[in-house]
Amino acid sequence: MTVTATDHVKLTMAQALNRALRDAMAADPAVVVFGEDVGALGGVFRITDGLTAEFGEDRCFDTPLAESGIVGVAVGMAMNGMRPVVEMQFDAFAYPAFEQIVSHVAKMRNRTRGRVTLPMVIRVPYAGGIGGVEHHCDSSEAYYAHTPGLHVVAPATPADAYGLLREAIASDDPVIFLEPKKLYWSKEEVELGAEVPGIGTAVVRRAGTDATLIAYGPSVPVALEAAEVAAGEGRSLQVVDLRSIVPFDDETVCAAVRSTGRAVVVAEAAGFASVSSEIVARVTERCFHALAAPIRRVTGFDIPYPPPKLEHFQLPGVDRVLDAVDDLQWEDS
Amino acid sequence: MLIDPHGNAVDASGYAAPDGPALLRAFAALVTARRLNDQAYALVRQGRLAVYPSSHGQEACQVAAAQVLADGDWLFPTYRDTIAAVGRGVDPVEALSLLKGDWHCGYDPYEHNVAPHATPLATQLPHAVGVAHAARLRGEPTVVLALCGDGGTSEGDFHEALNFAAVLRAPVVFFVQNNEYAISVPLARQTAAPSLAHKGIGYGVPGERVDGNDAAALLTVLGAAVERARAGGGPQLIEAHTYRMQAHTNADDATRYRRDDEVAAWVERDPITRLEAHLRERGLLDDAQLADITAQAEHVATHLRDGLNRDVEPDPAMLFDHVYASPTPQLTEQAALVADELDREGALR
Repeated sequence: MTVTATDHVKLTMAQALNRALRDAMAADPAVVVFGEDVGALGGVFRITDGLTAEFGEDRCFDTPLAESGIVGVAVGMAMNGMRPVVEMQFDAFAYPAFEQIVSHVAKMRNRTRGRVTLPMVIRVPYAGGIGGVEHHCDSSEAYYAHTPGLHVVAPATPADAYGLLREAIASDDPVIFLEPKKLYWSKEEVELGAEVPGIGTAVVRRAGTDATLIAYGPSVPVALEAAEVAAGEGRSLQVVDLRSIVPFDDETVCAAVRSTGRAVVVAEAAGFASVSSEIVARVTERCFHALAAPIRRVTGFDIPYPPPKLEHFQLPGVDRVLDAVDDLQWEDS
Repeated sequence: MLIDPHGNAVDASGYAAPDGPALLRAFAALVTARRLNDQAYALVRQGRLAVYPSSHGQEACQVAAAQVLADGDWLFPTYRDTIAAVGRGVDPVEALSLLKGDWHCGYDPYEHNVAPHATPLATQLPHAVGVAHAARLRGEPTVVLALCGDGGTSEGDFHEALNFAAVLRAPVVFFVQNNEYAISVPLARQTAAPSLAHKGIGYGVPGERVDGNDAAALLTVLGAAVERARAGGGPQLIEAHTYRMQAHTNADDATRYRRDDEVAAWVERDPITRLEAHLRERGLLDDAQLADITAQAEHVATHLRDGLNRDVEPDPAMLFDHVYASPTPQLTEQAALVADELDREGALR
């Protein structure tokens, strides 16, 4: 990615994503944006606000309400020289496109021995915490992460949202871009055009020496808050933000866990057969002798996502994270 | 219908028959198509192909689909459309890669603008719309011909693709080969629509039915749809009525769901004998020409046989090479594991 001029602005994650789309469209005429309500309305979360006005209806357009069609058309456009960025309106609304994603988006490069590549991004507003009704709050990352051929990314900050989306659009591989809905309105100073670590790179968000919290997407602020509370109680927690689920940054994660010897994975998705189980397995395989205690997980329960009034029971909160940290067999050390 | 089953010209007002050279070209392609279908079927029995869904009986559709397209146009085939892909210039040995049991489609889709054949049903149709829409946005004259069968018209992607194409006015011709059966399920159990061409009505896509065993009618109808799409007229849906003369694949037993006399009735309507009779009647084909055409078909069949009889040792390392532009660290580890296993196996030998 070649973005040289830097520009400091205070942006919400939603605004940062909008800027990333706009800057990518300005930089490359092959970038096209489409999906449901992304035109005049600017998307239900306003991520595509103003793009049709600025770039015209050929570059940002509303489509019929059919997710498999949206993704399938994006496959064809990507086969024919374009870089489509499509929006699935909500996590659970992406399921009609599942066959296209698994059987074609993920496999086209392989089944053509690299001749047909699909430089496309599927943006998915995902996860809960906004009081959404059913089918609007799913954490669907495991379905995608389990599918070879896809990159799966989940930013946790406005700066990463901007940088990772630019990276995703520039990537020659298809990227599932998971946008934590509850962080759309979080705000920070963003240095547009600054080099951010690429897809496949995790970062340590907070230094700490006693235990490592591993989080991604919507769980990162929870982990950071837990670390802040723990610091007040005299315990130093390190926070790793994965940023990218696939490729997975074993190196950064394992180095972090080795440095503390204890870890808790925090994720909103149901815990059974999940990304969090994969993290525990791989870190345990690699860092067994550095661990002072089994790695704990704080995840969503294995239930359909609950209604708004009950969702706080489902979401990993600071207290549950700190309880899990307390269980890391400190008496033995 | 422009030529009846006995080879006689039929007067169909508003439809001009293709000229002699176009018909002769189609006939030569039909003879090669039948020879390739039979050769591929034999290669399955010899264990050289894993499976072959034959287009025996449907060759006129295959040939016409390839012949009506211009250079730069795209073809989106299904697994039963090997012959159409070959008609666009794809080497038959490469075209059969997936059916041989390989992990890749064999050919470079950009060399002849032929998409890798789709195994899931109708999922290639939205891709066809996307290719056409991208071309249209750039002002290119590309037309996309997207193939599917009668069973495929029940899949959601068929309907989504028609709707998208209509809304986007994408230059796509959807060409349905209605061969009466989706594996064992007859058309009457597939749809209650008066015809498959009717399915375009709900989307504002004009539909047309054509005799799928009449190469002349197919060339005319498909050719008009392609040129209409190229001129900006939008998508069209063409249903060709034909018949799958053989079982779904070699693994299928058609005697469990259809009667021999039904099959026999379709022998009478064979697309090749019909066109041959017509060309001879018009003095456009004689024995010497037929001998040349047959020899050429034999040559292509020999090429296919030789190609598939060649044993190429698959390299397991390649399974990791094209999953991503550059392998993830995890794939690099896994590839190293396989390489290590192979090394140890080699050392034991």
